[in-house]
Amino acid sequence: MSETKTRQSKDFTNAPMCLSGRGVTKVFGLGDKKTVAVDHVDFDFHVGEFVSIVGESGSGKTTLSKMLLGLLNATEGEIQFMGKPRDISSGAKKREYWKGIQAIFQDPFSSYNVFHKIDSVLLDCINMRGGKNLPKEKKIEMMTEACSFVNLKFAELTNKYPFELSGGQMQRLMIARIFLLKPKILLADEPTSMVDACSRATILDMLLDLRDETGMTIIFITHDIGLAYYISDTVYIMEHGKFVEFGKADEVIINPKAAYTKRLISDVPKIHEAWDLSTVDLKAE
Amino acid sequence: MKNTLKQVFHSSKFLVGFIIFLAILLTMFIYPLVNPGNPLQMIGVGTFAKPGTYVSLYDATKTSTETLRLPDADEKRLAKLLTNEDRVAMVEWFTAMQISVEGLDISDTDAMIDLWKANYDPAVKPKGMTQAKRNYYKRLNNSIAEIGAAETLIITEKNEETGELEEQGKITKTDYVNTNAVANVKRLPLGTDNFGRDVLKELISAAGTSLLIGLLAGAVATLVGLTLGLLSGYVGGFVDDIIMFITNIFTVIPGFVLLILISYSIGQEQRGATVVALVIGLTSWTWTTRSVRSQVISLRNRDHVNLSKLSGHSLFRIILTDILPYIASYVVMAFILQVSSGILAEAQLSLLGLGPRTTEVPTLGLMMNWAMLYSAHTNGSWWAYFPVILTITLISFSLNLMNTGLDQVFNPTLRD
Repeated sequence: MSETKTRQSKDFTNAPMCLSGRGVTKVFGLGDKKTVAVDHVDFDFHVGEFVSIVGESGSGKTTLSKMLLGLLNATEGEIQFMGKPRDISSGAKKREYWKGIQAIFQDPFSSYNVFHKIDSVLLDCINMRGGKNLPKEKKIEMMTEACSFVNLKFAELTNKYPFELSGGQMQRLMIARIFLLKPKILLADEPTSMVDACSRATILDMLLDLRDETGMTIIFITHDIGLAYYISDTVYIMEHGKFVEFGKADEVIINPKAAYTKRLISDVPKIHEAWDLSTVDLKAE
Repeated sequence: MKNTLKQVFHSSKFLVGFIIFLAILLTMFIYPLVNPGNPLQMIGVGTFAKPGTYVSLYDATKTSTETLRLPDADEKRLAKLLTNEDRVAMVEWFTAMQISVEGLDISDTDAMIDLWKANYDPAVKPKGMTQAKRNYYKRLNNSIAEIGAAETLIITEKNEETGELEEQGKITKTDYVNTNAVANVKRLPLGTDNFGRDVLKELISAAGTSLLIGLLAGAVATLVGLTLGLLSGYVGGFVDDIIMFITNIFTVIPGFVLLILISYSIGQEQRGATVVALVIGLTSWTWTTRSVRSQVISLRNRDHVNLSKLSGHSLFRIILTDILPYIASYVVMAFILQVSSGILAEAQLSLLGLGPRTTEVPTLGLMMNWAMLYSAHTNGSWWAYFPVILTITLISFSLNLMNTGLDQVFNPTLRD
């Protein structure tokens, strides 16, 4: 496996902290119907790090990501942003926080407001960065630059609606949006699961380029451990709302310790080998 | 947007509803232009004049005549003179006299009269027949005898000085006047109501008022329901609890009872059409609130809303641009239904005598109320209430049809 990997994961343990959490918990419901979606997780994400959170459906990845984004309030636990406790108690403070953290969602088709044109999506980003009073030419120049970063032509997109694009193009437009916003943290919630394989590689490369160019932290949420191995520096393995294992991508995936990690690795289909189904408990499904 | 409109007008249900509604609307605008005047003016002195064309008898006698010899004129005159009841009574007499009525056609006036003249004898007292009944037959016989008699009517005028009657002109059976030449001809296609008002004119004005009441009530109900639903659904938490608490209270109290109580307590004097519309609107918003709320709840966790939040948009802006457009089609449909139910609610209220005060404008409900108070339904004056019912039905039907059509366009699972 390691022979096919083209890049090495870097060590970020000494880099400054970007987002960290202690005992972060989310409980839905009360009493008998109580569901613990995220169960006392600790994490440390560093500046410039490419972190993957890997787990199967229902393991709490998306709930955690919503808490990180401040779209959901944590039931318990503390989250620190840039070394200070995160404060999102008021609308204005949330808006300030969102200048530092942005997201790309799983489904590009539902990520856009279908009534808004592409121009307004990108203009919103410029306005949010305080570019409201820039001359029109400057704004167009910025939008063109952002689009060319993701291999799109702004001149062809202007006055179009997002749903007129393909899924891959829409997801690339999302990255263009992030390029304009330049947040400190990008949270990518399975951004490639709804697009085809070719677009997937393009999008992953663009995310890496984005990280290299701006130095932002990317938190990549996925169910595909192979993808995580290919792309990330650090990997967190999540099972039933808990991190069962974390560490440098190379270490975790080449020498997995937790049984769950081993299962995830064996579940990755390989082109030239027979698929090992021995770890899949068919009766439990 | 253009495509959606195209789709909407492609739906046959919407189109039929729209055409009916447009026809009603056009009538409301055009008829008053052709036939101006106050719809509440009492033109008739009696109640419930039948539908038809009314020719001024006075003017007709002063109009120059033409002589027409129509072969069936006498027959028609006779037919008009002998009512159906008279004919049945004649048959009864024949039976009492033990004359065979087999093969006798009751509508064949000539045969009836021939048989009558041959067999009636005022001196005969059939067994079991009352004096009153015999007197009735005498009167009937007299009028039948008169039919053939007077060939000419003489018009006289009283001389002021001598006090004698002076002949002014004669009318023979073959004199005809052209209705176009008569100075005063009034067409009353739907007759007059209990106050002697032209029902058609009143109906068209009433349909307009009722529709305005429906629109205002619908607008108020939709606006209140939409605002509360959006707030409750999007903000959630404590705000949601409070709004849903109020909504549930209003939902469990039967709306119509509430409507009656409010209308009653406002009092007749304050109750204009606008006030009634407001009261209807303010008692019928609950279902809009509930359904808007549930739609918003399903929308508020969508990715595009999250993205809008992350873009730093304010609550107001997110509701206005990321939520409202997605439920706009639903709100339009709810509005159409509210208009329709507003019109019905006004009709119900007015029928109970709690509608707008009666002196200013007619409404569909008031017309039914008047018709009912003056027993139009028991004395056979169908024109006083049936066209009203038909109008309410048509307006309601067309609005509901448009709503169903829209539903099919916006909800693909309902498409045929």
